[in-house]
Amino acid sequence: MRGVKLLSLFIGALLATPSMAVTGNWKLAKNQVLRLGNGAEPKELDPAKATGAPEGKILDSIFEGLVTLDPYTMEPVPGVAESWSLSKDGKTYTFKIRKDAKWSDGKPLTANDFVWSWKRALSPKIASEYAYQLYYLKDGESYNKGKATADKVGVSAKDKQTLVVTLESPTPFFLRLCAFRTLYPTPRHVVEKYPDQEWTKEEHIVSNGPFKLVEWKINRHIKVVKNPNYWDAKSIKLNEAYFMPIEQQDTAEKTFFAGGLDLTTTVPSLKIPSYKKEIAKHPGEYHPYKSNPYLGVYYYRFNVTKKPTNDVRVRRALAMTVDRKLIVERVTRGGQIPATSFTPPNTAGYTFKGELPVSVTPEVIKEAKKLLADAGYPNGKGLPPIEILYNTNEDHKKVAIAIQSMWKKNLGIDVKLYNQEWKVYLDSQQKMNYTISRAGWIGDYPDPNTFLDMWLTGGGNNQTGWSNKKYDSLIAEAKLLTSTKERYGKFMEAEKILLDELPVLPIYIYTNNRLVSEKLKMFGKDGKLTEWTPNIEDKLFLKNYALVN
Amino acid sequence: MLRFIFKRLLGMIPVLWIIATLTFFLIRLAPGGPFDTDKQVPEDILKNLQAKYHMDEPLYSQYFRYLGNLAHGDLGPSFRYANRSVNEIIGETFPVSAVVGFAGLVYALFLGVMSGALAASKPNSLRDYIPMTLSMLGICMPSFVIGPLIVMLFAIKLGWFNVSGWSEPKDIVLPAITLGTIYAAYFSRLTRGGLLEVVRQDYIRTAHAKGLPGWLIMLKHTLKGGLLPTVSFMGPAIASMLTGSLVVELIFNIPGLGRFFVQSAFE
Repeated sequence: MRGVKLLSLFIGALLATPSMAVTGNWKLAKNQVLRLGNGAEPKELDPAKATGAPEGKILDSIFEGLVTLDPYTMEPVPGVAESWSLSKDGKTYTFKIRKDAKWSDGKPLTANDFVWSWKRALSPKIASEYAYQLYYLKDGESYNKGKATADKVGVSAKDKQTLVVTLESPTPFFLRLCAFRTLYPTPRHVVEKYPDQEWTKEEHIVSNGPFKLVEWKINRHIKVVKNPNYWDAKSIKLNEAYFMPIEQQDTAEKTFFAGGLDLTTTVPSLKIPSYKKEIAKHPGEYHPYKSNPYLGVYYYRFNVTKKPTNDVRVRRALAMTVDRKLIVERVTRGGQIPATSFTPPNTAGYTFKGELPVSVTPEVIKEAKKLLADAGYPNGKGLPPIEILYNTNEDHKKVAIAIQSMWKKNLGIDVKLYNQEWKVYLDSQQKMNYTISRAGWIGDYPDPNTFLDMWLTGGGNNQTGWSNKKYDSLIAEAKLLTSTKERYGKFMEAEKILLDELPVLPIYIYTNNRLVSEKLKMFGKDGKLTEWTPNIEDKLFLKNYALVN
Repeated sequence: MLRFIFKRLLGMIPVLWIIATLTFFLIRLAPGGPFDTDKQVPEDILKNLQAKYHMDEPLYSQYFRYLGNLAHGDLGPSFRYANRSVNEIIGETFPVSAVVGFAGLVYALFLGVMSGALAASKPNSLRDYIPMTLSMLGICMPSFVIGPLIVMLFAIKLGWFNVSGWSEPKDIVLPAITLGTIYAAYFSRLTRGGLLEVVRQDYIRTAHAKGLPGWLIMLKHTLKGGLLPTVSFMGPAIASMLTGSLVVELIFNIPGLGRFFVQSAFE
């Protein structure tokens, strides 16, 4: 986990430095009611099944896993489990559940709750899309696929306070995964009382986190209040929070500036330049616009089974002549980072330095043209038609148009653009009915594995037809290693192959842009207030938030 | 009359059946399914999901299950919002759309008929030109322009209303104005046209000859006949206003039914 610590230190240094300098001169507000924009109406609030970000933000505030993350360093810290130990072979975790852990209705929460909840999340009956988050458990995958029985799954309760977890193989990021929603406990005594998903309705739901849900009005708000039965309830400052499902960025922005929101999930990208101007005009003054890197990459897929993108020289020529710097500065304009690797830099301390150029220079063009000529298409002559597929969306369209004109200008080739509705587009990608297609990938957990194991031969998210035996074996070898340094070594080798072969064309690393009220602060373990601090996983820490006057 | 209404209602059944059948099969024909996401779901999990929603059954049995449920008013479970049925979602969001739509309608009728009558009372004068120019503007300005403009003025500059949301009674006002303005403009022009047609009729001249005051003629005689075009336009206007408008709901973040119409088509 040393790499993880390094990352934490880095992020801590990067993001927390200005806030450390401020020693809370603020006074806590009397009315501790937080209103936050939540992007969209949550589809459901069953931790075992929820997949999206709007659901995740609410679930993170009303549930808690065995561990939680430190909001500044993103290191696992005790949650429902007060301590844990790992066996020498890296395969068996023993968690000590705290004695005062309770459900929001006052019922005690024991190790058995986790055993039941994890088996439920894996059960083929509830058909969770995120069941694979538990495939690291011994026989977790085979149970989900109906090839093993529930009692085979590697999780058991030694007694009420002791949870023993056996893994399929050493999984360095498993502890972090324990802070992920799929691994949250669910209240058996409530879930089993109601059919289907009815237990998550406002009148039934019982949770174990710092807050509990009291109101759920469709497209209006979800209201959570402080949970008095939470083991650390005394340190929570907020009394209530409203999650507002505001889909329109402009509406959220206006509501924020009229004082109706304390925190938004996004900002209208057109406004960013004017925010930046304001910040430059009034240095040292508080501005609500905050931007930080995010664990995700925006990229294009190449169909490697189709002419002309089956030729690595063509793919390389195309990948080289995309001016990434121009795209983030002139097209997306949201502070994104030009991507020269597929894994975002500093993913749990892992940075792969790719050789793809950030800007297109005459030398780059010369080299790309030579590659194209070697592939049998001098100056793009005889090149089979290339089309870029994207899902219907103005922002994707802008990027595609920019890339289209870059290829025209730099290589003299004509590519066509076409768009499809979301579901149709997903279907085209799965069936590989495309030549080049836009895509984005948000890491499931901060580890290079989530970015690299998707390119395994035949992987469900591969969808390029690309396959490389050496790559497959490197990723498989990395799985068995416990030392971070050795693991990352394997990942480096693998990513080098990926970027030599280029079944993908990385474009930029995502950023999170949001508006944060000057009144919103957060406090660390020492109880001192600091400025609101973002993190690479875009997680909210309502438990640590407080409003000041 | 009752017989006529009854006959009409009976005639709706085959129409609804054809629409339901067409949508059922068209949706099945389109590529992509309800469980497609950008993060590919393992095949076994997909199978589990399909079994849960009976999507693994042959098409004809899915169709009959769907029709059977429809027949007793059950629109089935929502694929998107797991803990709610479609009926519940409509039950919770339709009233909101109806309130906004009704308020918008009242506003549109009031403003439209008043300004139309004003214009018709003295055609080709300033009294006619001003409301008619304004109504032309109203027709031309789409709600996604009017909405942000009145938010700017009444919510941000003057601070009288909330920018968005649905928590206080006064939250009805801005959405209703945004929704109603275009209809007010139509009503205004229709009213003016209708009234001018009637004003030239003999019985109006008779009323004038009898020495009735102008306002009484307008109220008792002219409006009665002149409002016919407005009344017949009210049918489609009510239908589209009460069932919600996607644009207005998104601008003001109102929990109405309109956005579900659009969303369900995309899902």
